[in-house]
Amino acid sequence: MTIHSIIFYLLSSVVIVSTGIAVTRRDLVHAVVYLIFTFFGTAMIFYLLGAPLLAALEVIIYAGAIMVLFLFIIMMIRTEPSTAPLIPPGQWWPVIGFCLLYITAGFLFMYQEPDFWVFLTPAMATPGAFGRFLFQTHWLSIEIISLLLLIAVIGALVLGKPAGKKPNKTNGNRI
Amino acid sequence: MTLWISGYILLLVKFGLVLGCLLFLAAYLVWAERKLLARLQIRYGPNRAGKFGLLQPIADAVKMITKEDIIPAEADQSIFLLAPTVVAATALLMFAVVPFGESLAIMGQRIPLVITDLNVGLLFIFALSSLGVYGVALGGWASNSKYSLLGGIRGAAQMISYELALGLSLVPVVMLAGSFSLVDIVNAQSGYPYILVQPVSFAVFFISAMAESKRIPFDLPEAENELGAGYHTEYSGMRFGLFFIGEYVHIQVLGALTAVFFLGGWHGPFLPPFVWLLVKMIFIALVMIWIRGTLPRLRYDQLMALGWKVLVPVSLVNIIVTGAVILMVG
Repeated sequence: MTIHSIIFYLLSSVVIVSTGIAVTRRDLVHAVVYLIFTFFGTAMIFYLLGAPLLAALEVIIYAGAIMVLFLFIIMMIRTEPSTAPLIPPGQWWPVIGFCLLYITAGFLFMYQEPDFWVFLTPAMATPGAFGRFLFQTHWLSIEIISLLLLIAVIGALVLGKPAGKKPNKTNGNRI
Repeated sequence: MTLWISGYILLLVKFGLVLGCLLFLAAYLVWAERKLLARLQIRYGPNRAGKFGLLQPIADAVKMITKEDIIPAEADQSIFLLAPTVVAATALLMFAVVPFGESLAIMGQRIPLVITDLNVGLLFIFALSSLGVYGVALGGWASNSKYSLLGGIRGAAQMISYELALGLSLVPVVMLAGSFSLVDIVNAQSGYPYILVQPVSFAVFFISAMAESKRIPFDLPEAENELGAGYHTEYSGMRFGLFFIGEYVHIQVLGALTAVFFLGGWHGPFLPPFVWLLVKMIFIALVMIWIRGTLPRLRYDQLMALGWKVLVPVSLVNIIVTGAVILMVG
């Protein structure tokens, strides 16, 4: 047990526990806060494995931008706490089934892979090396994804346009 | 092993020094702001506690700490209690990557004058500033008051919008320096500060930085005359104090970042490096106070239009131009 693996297991338990709490919360804002912890823990794991750029991007994009948008919507709707059971009895079977499936797959992978028990050597990817690798070997997928995002932006613009009349300059979108 | 221990002690000493300086400066920045703002409005400002009101920050601190810490009955307790610490902690942590001098040599060991030189230092700052949004948004939500909620929502919307411009404005700086590390960016400016080659970047950065710290003319999240005090309306005592500390530490951090990215960081003639950084930081903080005393508050749609329709396109064009010039010059 090196200090690296101790930190790794600590972080992964933080990630798993906070995800578990997030999906069982009644209060949506609390669920979002726990999910932020999850993303934060994931970022720390990235950092531990020698990818500081990914760690920073994980926090900036997932914890810092996407979850803020979630929070934004949730803050504006008032949800009444319901007393119905969180998971209806009929849905327990798929839950248990998928859990078992994942656990078996995990254990199978652990014992089939010969390199599984080898300790990872500490490595560090500089932002420059990471970018060069990404744009040299995966440039096509990056272009496809950016095209997709562009289409999404244009779509949002079209959807957000008030129908029929020109957007009013002074009363456009005041909150 | 001894290397480890000495490293830890060194780190703790650096932590202590930087934290002490930041909090001390934050207290006196409040004093400077009240004094300067009063003069701009032809008043005297605080002048009862000590000479020139110099003991005012201490009196304020005593007041804040001894005041009752009230939690509204309908508030969401745990989030209400945690929100101010998020604001203060993210502001304080940002200083961890700001270099305040060249490395010192003590007893044959090189000691870098920065708490940690991350190779993604600039992104670290963005990560923290995007986490700082939660303090504002959750604090406003947890208070369970309409004013606070509106302030929190405004704060979140404003900070997300301006974060974009803030990030894009710094891309040319990264392109010029060829690194995300703040130490490298400062070292790259040993010849000339980047404000000379990147004035547009500087302007966009400075405006969005002011919007990020939620100060007049961008103080819509706490607009007194519409929202009470916005997201911190329900806070009292030291929890309000933490929001306050967060704001003033944020001003210093933005001053330090402006210095690091555009004014050459700790580089400068005659004076020692640390003093140069301090001078630049305080100068920028004073300019921010001056702007606060001069400009009226923006309307909400003007704020959004400025962020999305002016600052973002301008910084995108600036990135393209900088890239083209770098390609041509080689």
